[in-house]
Amino acid sequence: MVASSQAAAKTPKEITVGLAGNPNSGKTSMFNNLTGARQHVGNWPGVTVEKKEGRHIRDDVVVRVVDLPGTYSLGAFSEDEAVARNYILSGEPDLVINIVDASNLERNLYLTTQLMEMGANVVIALNMFDEAEKKQIRIDLEAMAGILGVPVVPTVAVRNKGTSELVAAAVGAAGKEPGRAFTIDYGKEAEPGIAKLEAALAGVETIKHLPARWVAVKLLEGDESIYGRVMQSPRAGEIIKLRDEVAAHIERVTGLDPESLFADRRYGFIGGLIRETVTRKSTVEDRLSVSDRIDRVVTNRLLGIPIFFLSMFAVFQFTFVLGGPLSGYVEAFFGWLGAVAGALIANELVASLVVDGIIGGVGSVLVFIPPIFLIFFAISLLEDSGYMARAAYVMDRFMHRLGLHGKSFIPLLVGFGCNVPAIMACRTLENRRDRMITILITPLMSCAARLPVYVLFVGVFFAAYQGLVIFSLYLLGIVLAIVMGVLFKRFLFKGEVSPFVMELPPYRVPTLKGVLIHMWERGWAFIKRAGTVIFSVVIIIWVLANLPAGVEFAGRESYLGAIGGFVAPVFAPLGFGTWEAAAALIFGLLAKEVVVGTFGVVYGIGEEGLAAAIQTYWTPLSAYAFMVMSLIYIPCVAAIATIKRETNSWRWTGFAVAYSLTLGWVMAFLVYQGGRLFGLG
Amino acid sequence: MLSSVLPLGFLAPGREAVVREVSGGKELRRRLGELGFVRGSVVRVVQSQSCGPLIISLGDGRVALGRGAAQKIMVEELDGRELDGRSPVK
Repeated sequence: MVASSQAAAKTPKEITVGLAGNPNSGKTSMFNNLTGARQHVGNWPGVTVEKKEGRHIRDDVVVRVVDLPGTYSLGAFSEDEAVARNYILSGEPDLVINIVDASNLERNLYLTTQLMEMGANVVIALNMFDEAEKKQIRIDLEAMAGILGVPVVPTVAVRNKGTSELVAAAVGAAGKEPGRAFTIDYGKEAEPGIAKLEAALAGVETIKHLPARWVAVKLLEGDESIYGRVMQSPRAGEIIKLRDEVAAHIERVTGLDPESLFADRRYGFIGGLIRETVTRKSTVEDRLSVSDRIDRVVTNRLLGIPIFFLSMFAVFQFTFVLGGPLSGYVEAFFGWLGAVAGALIANELVASLVVDGIIGGVGSVLVFIPPIFLIFFAISLLEDSGYMARAAYVMDRFMHRLGLHGKSFIPLLVGFGCNVPAIMACRTLENRRDRMITILITPLMSCAARLPVYVLFVGVFFAAYQGLVIFSLYLLGIVLAIVMGVLFKRFLFKGEVSPFVMELPPYRVPTLKGVLIHMWERGWAFIKRAGTVIFSVVIIIWVLANLPAGVEFAGRESYLGAIGGFVAPVFAPLGFGTWEAAAALIFGLLAKEVVVGTFGVVYGIGEEGLAAAIQTYWTPLSAYAFMVMSLIYIPCVAAIATIKRETNSWRWTGFAVAYSLTLGWVMAFLVYQGGRLFGLG
Repeated sequence: MLSSVLPLGFLAPGREAVVREVSGGKELRRRLGELGFVRGSVVRVVQSQSCGPLIISLGDGRVALGRGAAQKIMVEELDGRELDGRSPVK
């Protein structure tokens, strides 16, 4: 009833399909099969959840495919679930394709029952059909379609099998009026109450487009969103009173609250469905599947941690060994581009804007594209293979002590590559407290952009201990993240550690296509964000460096120099109270590695003679204090923009900036003054 | 014979059990329910560390559970015998 309400208004040649399914059900692969390159990524209105859309053209029908967030159910508890549910209820999709993992039917069908209870026009794709067959799970497709009253199509999304049949089934189902409404029998203790409530809901304006039985069930479950809608009705009092009576009756008779009872009944229905349609030939030996056998090793108490560190080491080697030379090419390209542009543009000011400002500024960020794409490639590989979830499991014990849980570890890890995607990765944390703490401490992970700053100073002052000194900074970041995490937990986000509950997907061999698409999506999101925010900041800083008219670019007399000079005394107790250092830190807001380039400009020698200049103006102690400051103070503008987006709060964004500035100053102060106390520097 | 009811966290690795009750807050119960921890579901402990999280086999899936969450799930241990006509071997 929901699905077909708008169908008539559209041209008959276009149908809209929502793609729903559990996480790890292969939904993304199916979306990619259906839409190929015709994808568009945006945001669902009002929330930070990504909205992916694409088109599939088949003969004379255009199938508009909207990818819904992967969820286990359709409550309105998380943003993801609310987005999926509201979209299905909106009447926009003509039908919903439900991707179901055939090798894990029970859990996947839970979402199916909820979709169908909502009155959605559903087509089921029994995905990973090959894995089910391998597990000797035989599924009677016709019987399943018969019991559920919807088309059931076997597919193998990673091999693009069954896609065509699925589209055919979808096109066929799109025009049809849904037949009998799907209901689950909630038992004699609950059904009369549900019926009474359903009758009472008739004619309630605020829910008139929703199936009444479903609203009754949701009300009994205590669904806040539905509750809210009913409360707006003038008859709210009477309905809520009835609801409470029915709920109390159910609890008295069954000993269970309605939500638990309904979940039990849904699983009861699913259990029955599986008994009717699925036969398994499994032996005791089968139970210890390949996945379990790998898990025995990978999550082993003794081996788990070493394996984890080894895989992380491999990720970093892969990223930096391969990424270094590639970054060199990008740098060379922008150098060349700057030279060409400089030669072509006659007007000196415009040439400076283009070369120093735009090309220099944007180029300095794009240099990080190769390592960022590579680290995303490696992370996608770990995720698609199923290992990432195990890493979270292995680290949970340690993270638990800090008041966080294993899942927080993934963003922190990504942070070593780039803080922007790391902050985005915090979305996987359902609990707001966990998410906020992780977002706040992630910038302390020393990202790839900070490395050039270390390399510069370490090369000049600590050549003999290069590795050790750089490692000490990484370690400092980790230790501070731990300390701040504990402090935030204790003082800002009090409350218990949210329970750690996470699905462990079976190990799979990742497909190159899947990993590449993942990598591209995340990398592209970074480029877009970096592109828009950084471009504007680049212009501002360039203007500051060039005004008042006639000054030397980024010289002492420019506004930038003036601001640097003004701020410099603040840094005096840290050992670097010069306008050059202050200007470098301000430029570093763009992206931390810009600090290096800025020194090149402000010392007026370019990056080649920099070592000598550093040698003259700095001491090992002040250099180390400066590196500590660079590590900790405000993450770059791109990270700030991401924090704003993800926390959806200027207050917390401001807090992130303020606390990191303060912490950076305090740490650098301790290093410098402490060092002086011990007679260093 | 069925043994008595105990928290899932106390079950030794490799043992199977039937879920009898899920307690804890509404939020936790809901999340556990979504993943299939409801009364009557058969679970097996795949991995259990002395104080860290557990890996539980549930249906055809595997779920990582923190100790705290595992203590909220009351189970009845199976001796590999039939129960309610459902085979514990899934």
